[in-house]
Amino acid sequence: MSAPADRVPTDGTAAVRADVARSASADAPRATGAALQPDRAAVPAPLTLRGIRKTFGSLTALDGVDLDIPRGRTTVLLGPSGSGKSTLLRCINLLERPDAGELDFGDGPIPVGGRMSDRTVRRVREHSTMVFQQFNLFPHLTALGNVTLAPVEQRRIPRAQAEASARELLAKVGLADKADAYPGNLSGGQQQRVAIARALAMEPDVLLFDEPTSALDPELAAEVVAVLADLAAENRTLVVVTHSLSFARRVADRVVFLEDGRIVQDGTPEEFFTSEDPRLRRFRDVVEAV
Amino acid sequence: MGETLQLWADTLPRLLKAAIEVTVPLSLTAFAIAIVLAVATALARLYLPAPFKAIAWLYVWIFRGTPMVVQLFIVFFGLPNIGIVLPAFTAAVVTLALNTGAYASEAVRAAILSVPRGQFEAAQTLNLSRTATFRRVIAPQAFRIALPPLMNDFIDLVKGTSLVFAITITDLFQVGRQIAASNFEYMSMYSLVALIYLAIVSVLSLLQSVLEKKVSRHVRTS
Repeated sequence: MSAPADRVPTDGTAAVRADVARSASADAPRATGAALQPDRAAVPAPLTLRGIRKTFGSLTALDGVDLDIPRGRTTVLLGPSGSGKSTLLRCINLLERPDAGELDFGDGPIPVGGRMSDRTVRRVREHSTMVFQQFNLFPHLTALGNVTLAPVEQRRIPRAQAEASARELLAKVGLADKADAYPGNLSGGQQQRVAIARALAMEPDVLLFDEPTSALDPELAAEVVAVLADLAAENRTLVVVTHSLSFARRVADRVVFLEDGRIVQDGTPEEFFTSEDPRLRRFRDVVEAV
Repeated sequence: MGETLQLWADTLPRLLKAAIEVTVPLSLTAFAIAIVLAVATALARLYLPAPFKAIAWLYVWIFRGTPMVVQLFIVFFGLPNIGIVLPAFTAAVVTLALNTGAYASEAVRAAILSVPRGQFEAAQTLNLSRTATFRRVIAPQAFRIALPPLMNDFIDLVKGTSLVFAITITDLFQVGRQIAASNFEYMSMYSLVALIYLAIVSVLSLLQSVLEKKVSRHVRTS
């Protein structure tokens, strides 16, 4: 990996370094990010965000953001607190309703500013699923119940079939034996992995992660990072908001840096970590110092 | 003591008959309707457009803000003046349900408000419909929170049925009054009536703990 050896991981992900390295070497071009260009023709059109604007009162959270999110790649959104990175992520899933802008998931631009019918909102939401910082599992349902709820209720998949694929997804995140456990009896890392399985069950085009390890101890964060690295290695489309530079360094194909609701830099992790832009340097210094 | 027990044994059948034929069915019917009213009112106040919110608020304001015995009199003695004549039992059910529904709607509303925002967001990102979100995500969690205050309201309702003697209904309390008026054994008769109410309420308390266990399986208690 291109990460300088002297950088100490800030989130305790050292344990999964080997895993990540393995998956990265199996798929070397992906991990370098630079090799994104050659096979672009084979990759379907990216998810595009155009002119996304969002204000909260007098505060401008997003100031007309344009962003292309490549398919089959891991895009990491970085930036200081209040830079708008979480808001941008939430706008993709319409958990936050932009004041103006368009989303295009490859089937034509959809205006997402202003009034939208329930049907349009749900059509947009079909494309992406969010994994939250605080997991937000349904506490009254078992792990299996959490994963099968939406497939059965919303996607009308027969229960037996939904349960079979839910068990596969739980096995995939290393929780085959926890299918019948309630969230309250799982560790934070296990809960977040159930949340990832629950999101995967929606089979979205894009998986969104809003600081997925920020509420976790380093050890538990490592479990979750390992799952994320696996997903990245499968060439799924991931968009991850994080404060973890080590995560960006290991898993990201692309780093988008925001400040004050604008994109400051959009490039490879290499470019992000070597940029001399004072805003990026300041951010790197502050985060590394933690 | 022996005399009292003999008196209780002699009068118990009549009192129990009134309890089983009037007090219990009145309580059950009124509470069933009250719950429906409470959920509808809470949902209206939380999610419906302003005019519905206003109607729901007005309903709670009026029925929480006036004495139940006055409400009983208005429904049974007052409404006939404007051409609405209800049989006594119906008037009692209507009044008790409206009164309890107003109180219970606040328990339901508080319980829904206590469900964390993250639960709604999780339901949204999973693209659940509003109905599915309420039915499968919000209601089960809110029910656990609402259960103790709702059982409070149910218990209040059972005891509140003792007011219906005022609109000519021969309920448990009225039968007790009639017997006491004929044998002058006020202390032992009203004590027995109190014990029968206590027994009915005890069944409800028991029901509450069974239900609480059932809906709290997922909650770690230690």
